[in-house]
Amino acid sequence: MNKLLPLLLVTISFLTLPAFAEIVHKERSMYRNILVEDSHQLRCLKFNEKNNKTNQSCLYKNDPQRLVFNYTKLLFSSLLVLEKAPERVLIIGLGGGTMSNTIHQLYPNAIIENVEIDPAVIKVAQQYFGFIENERISSTAADGRIFIKRAAIKKQKYDWIILDAFNGDYIPEHLLTKEFLQESKDLLTEGGVITANTFSVSGLYAHESATYKAVFGDFFNVRNNKNSNRVILTTNKPLPSGDIIAKRALSLKAKLAPFGIDIIELTTWITSTEDDQDWPEETKVLTDQFSPANLLNH
Amino acid sequence: MQHAKSPFNYHNLFIYLLAFSSGFSIMGIELLGGRILAPYFGSSVHIWGSIITVFMLSLSIGYLVGGRLSIHAASLSRYGLIFLIAGFTVLPVVLWAEPIMEAIFIRVEDSRYGSFLASMALFFIPTIILGMISPYSVRLLVTDKERSGQVAGMLYFVSTLGSAMGTIITSFYFVLLFEVNTIIYAFSSLLMILGLAAILYQRFVISSSHNLPGVTVE
Repeated sequence: MNKLLPLLLVTISFLTLPAFAEIVHKERSMYRNILVEDSHQLRCLKFNEKNNKTNQSCLYKNDPQRLVFNYTKLLFSSLLVLEKAPERVLIIGLGGGTMSNTIHQLYPNAIIENVEIDPAVIKVAQQYFGFIENERISSTAADGRIFIKRAAIKKQKYDWIILDAFNGDYIPEHLLTKEFLQESKDLLTEGGVITANTFSVSGLYAHESATYKAVFGDFFNVRNNKNSNRVILTTNKPLPSGDIIAKRALSLKAKLAPFGIDIIELTTWITSTEDDQDWPEETKVLTDQFSPANLLNH
Repeated sequence: MQHAKSPFNYHNLFIYLLAFSSGFSIMGIELLGGRILAPYFGSSVHIWGSIITVFMLSLSIGYLVGGRLSIHAASLSRYGLIFLIAGFTVLPVVLWAEPIMEAIFIRVEDSRYGSFLASMALFFIPTIILGMISPYSVRLLVTDKERSGQVAGMLYFVSTLGSAMGTIITSFYFVLLFEVNTIIYAFSSLLMILGLAAILYQRFVISSSHNLPGVTVE
């Protein structure tokens, strides 16, 4: 019996593991709890054990190129607004590095800079999510606002800036103000695009919309009814017409299909605030002086 | 000796009110410090490290200086003057925060030292002045050695309760209703008005009550 006991315990511990989700990595970083979970198909990055909704990034283990999340696909609607292939891309908020990897595969010559506040997230992306870094792709552990201010001093310019720093639980309030958006806009090349992954259902919606409008004028909302994500799409030039978007969608269709992105379908989810301003005119703009984003987000 | 017998006369109540307000303002300003620094230095844990360090350091110096100042010719009007100066030295937080932080941001790459320098530049002096208030309050309230501990305890209670209120009201409600600068202006005005009130109280109430029987004022 004494010999059998350890064996028995090992057997029991294997049997009691949940069949669908195995935790392959767990750590407490300076900012959050980080969890990497494997199920039979997916590997996912989570930031909070208690809340299952906070999947940050997932990939198909047998087909890592195919995008899992709807919102990640929505972000690629930006390619319909970009006038040419992006040469310099700035991504604020790394997650598993999915955006960086996908853009690299689409545009191997593009220089991609990833900014992530949590060094532990960068490490996890490298170790568990195949985040690619090379002479064209870099990652910096820094606050997005500080990185953008320093980039302005160094006179850096980007064709495409992706703001993806909100994880659902907490919003860095200094990344959702008029001043921050203006600083980001100043980094754009002529015809450059800013894409922001945000929410569509909270009390923050109207404030966020009013703030983007104050800086960029009219913008595109990209969303479908599958979940609560919305993607804001803006540029420092006038928004392209429906005809141009349709034409670009056709030429991108084949290129994006391997990633699971149906760019033709995406075009039907784009609305312009010019036709459809769905927030009250007098909504308060968020500024560095007034930015209770987390209090408004409920 | 009416003061010694009943610690809750108007004179003492007024001092407790002032101590409460100073505690309220200190923590309100400290909390907004995080907001003010964030655009230049981020909102990471080291920002709070910088702010809390500077506030604790300044308060400790303020306690020392305030205690020393209370030795000679302590009076309500001098106490009021501390409030006036405190309210005045808070103003640069509104007026010059942007250029100060920008200058530091350009020169210091590491946001830990950048945020520490910015906290020093903005909060060191006003918080020293505000720190002087507690020991000076004790001096004005204590009339009897036996009860000095009790008086100090009561003073800590009142001013720390003020700090708690300043923290919760600023973070839960003020930031939803007002701009950061508006709130700082309000703290500054509150301190200056209370300081002025203390000076006037000394001049008109205490001086004129000198002649009343049974009331003595130093």
